[in-house]
Amino acid sequence: MIVTYRDALNQALREEMERDDRVFLMGEEVAVYQGAYKVSKGLLSEFGEMRVVDTPITELGFAGVGVGAAMVGLRPVIEFMSWNFALLALDQVVNSAAKMLYMSGGQYPIPMVFRGPSGAALQLAAQHSQAWESWLAHIPGLKVVTPGTPADAKGLLKSAIRDDNPVVVLEGEMLYNTKGDVPEGDHLVPLGAAELKREGDHCSIITNGKMILVALQVADQLASEGIRVDVLDLRTVRPLDVPAITASVRKTNRAVVLEEGWEMAGIGAQIVDTIQRECFDDLDAPVLRVHQADTPMPYAKNLERAAKPDAAKTIAAVKKVMYVAN
Amino acid sequence: MSTPVISQFPYRGDPVAPVRLLEVDGTLTGGGGSVPPMDDEQMLSALWLMMLSRAFDDKGTSLQRQGRFGTFSAVRGQEASVVGSALALDPARDWIVPQYRELPALVNHGLPLESFILYFSGHPAGGYIPEGVRLLPIQISIAAQLPHAVGLAWGLRLQGLDAVVLVYFGDGASSEGDFHEACNLAGVVKAPVIFFLQNNGWAISTPRSRQTAARTFAERAPGYGFDGVVVDGNDLLAVYAATRAAVERARAGGGPTLIESQTYRLGAHNTADDPTRYVAEEVLDSWRDRDPILRVQRYLAACGRWNESIAAKAQEEISQTIDAAFAAARAVAPPTAEDLFLHTYAELTERQARQLREYEMPATGPANG
Ligand SMILES: Cc1ncc(C[n+]2csc(CCOP(=O)(O)OP(=O)(O)O)c2C)c(N)n1
Repeated sequence: MIVTYRDALNQALREEMERDDRVFLMGEEVAVYQGAYKVSKGLLSEFGEMRVVDTPITELGFAGVGVGAAMVGLRPVIEFMSWNFALLALDQVVNSAAKMLYMSGGQYPIPMVFRGPSGAALQLAAQHSQAWESWLAHIPGLKVVTPGTPADAKGLLKSAIRDDNPVVVLEGEMLYNTKGDVPEGDHLVPLGAAELKREGDHCSIITNGKMILVALQVADQLASEGIRVDVLDLRTVRPLDVPAITASVRKTNRAVVLEEGWEMAGIGAQIVDTIQRECFDDLDAPVLRVHQADTPMPYAKNLERAAKPDAAKTIAAVKKVMYVAN
Repeated sequence: MSTPVISQFPYRGDPVAPVRLLEVDGTLTGGGGSVPPMDDEQMLSALWLMMLSRAFDDKGTSLQRQGRFGTFSAVRGQEASVVGSALALDPARDWIVPQYRELPALVNHGLPLESFILYFSGHPAGGYIPEGVRLLPIQISIAAQLPHAVGLAWGLRLQGLDAVVLVYFGDGASSEGDFHEACNLAGVVKAPVIFFLQNNGWAISTPRSRQTAARTFAERAPGYGFDGVVVDGNDLLAVYAATRAAVERARAGGGPTLIESQTYRLGAHNTADDPTRYVAEEVLDSWRDRDPILRVQRYLAACGRWNESIAAKAQEEISQTIDAAFAAARAVAPPTAEDLFLHTYAELTERQARQLREYEMPATGPANG
């Protein structure tokens, strides 16, 4: 069935709320307004205001309320209007949700989901355009998923809700309207499993989240020039699917890592570390990274365009590792 | 035997009535004998700013629709609240810390209109406040400006200055932890700060009733050890008088005040919002009757200081002012590739210099080209 990314998330929420009455949704504008991006459309009328809860503008508060509710056996889904605003709630995400099980000697699992859009949209400027995967993936105790397609959005969110750990779901503002085929029925995508979204044997493009769309565009363009690439969608950035990465690089012997965020201590650095350790003898070229420019996101359209990782930068990197002229 | 109820601060009673000095029909509250806190000349300049703000709202909204402005929040409906409070300050020593919906206050305090235009055109130069203008930049991260304002007020006091700081924020912002922490700290250190809460009924689509169970926002002030005031935010005179009193108190070392200005957002939250889905037309109409601009015009008309020809002349001047500001903004050179990295740090880093070379920046056009 062809659905939007937004509707895929909506289906996941609805199905999981029907399946398990411990699941509830809380956040800014999730109920009456049906979510800033309409992800919770129809849920208030279906499940009522005890399970679809509008909050004041109080990110730290409702993230913490979620942790508390999880400690009495509920399975909260906390929506952040944007992960950029979730910064106010990080103490609850990092110091409470991620550590409660550990610090209680295994007594308090925190089976909850923190979700919302992360990364840049268009002209939302420095404070509102940040990709958070490397920050959150840094934390032991959290799982972090970054669906790039409607099918993955649905399957990963459902798995996240069923998981007994706190799971961070990083969505994309620019993805909500994108469409794709979503399998019928109880579609689950396991956490921690990458997917080869395109097969080729010349070079691996390893990526995640909304960058998957860029990578597929790159793959098409390169195919027309006779260059065949693997596009490996990590889907989950913690835990990382190391076997999938190594299998692809062992086949192609070359890799470009494409990520939305910054270079310094980015997710790409972690991938490159894995590759150099696991595939040192398989490499025919240094692994290159494509990422955001090392600056807060500018507001000006032209500068924003220049700052973001894109198809042209990725193609240049692929050709560089293949030692062909751009 | 029943347990006695032990509660020394029971929550009961009706909300206080907001301070009002100017009635909806433009007459003075309490009749002709009352003395308004502003004279006619002051009211005329206040009105001019309010009308400038309204005209700029329309312009900004239409430019956003054309893709030439970023997301933009109009002041519409809140002009008396913003202008009345700003006029109670002394731009030569006092500071304003804005949220993002206070254009006429910023202009009155010395921000050139073209800076504001550059900001919303995405030009990096738009974020720079000219030397000597006592304003902090607009804040998008809700409530983050509140602790800054307390820090500013405290810092100014430490420097021996008699300046006060007025910080704007919304009913929504008051739900963030920053609000509580800022108020609490300000009370403890007696910072010369005025917390000016614009209760415009909404935080995007979240109604005021969802932000607090309290009757008013202002009644929280005593809990922090200072005074609170509720004013009719669509009454220029009441807002001005209440803010003046708070400024005087702060200047004299009496510490903070929380002013709740009860007003109403007469339109969308911003250009990305569609309020017809959650605001009832009748409610909107009832507030349109209480339009803060009409109220001042009615008063001035009764004093013989306002009529159609004066209004037409004012509108003409306002369009010229706005056009001139746009012309000045257009004259600023568009950002270049270097601007991408400039000011991330005090100096360009090696990593940035490398990226600048590697990136083969696309040729840059105008900021929104
Ligand atoms: C920390 C944070 N959370 C959420 C948002 C999203 N957001 C932008 S404006 C807004 C409503 C603010 O309402 P209020 O403070 O009442 O001001 P108003 O816009 O009504 O003037 C929200 C929730 C944000 N910008 N920052």
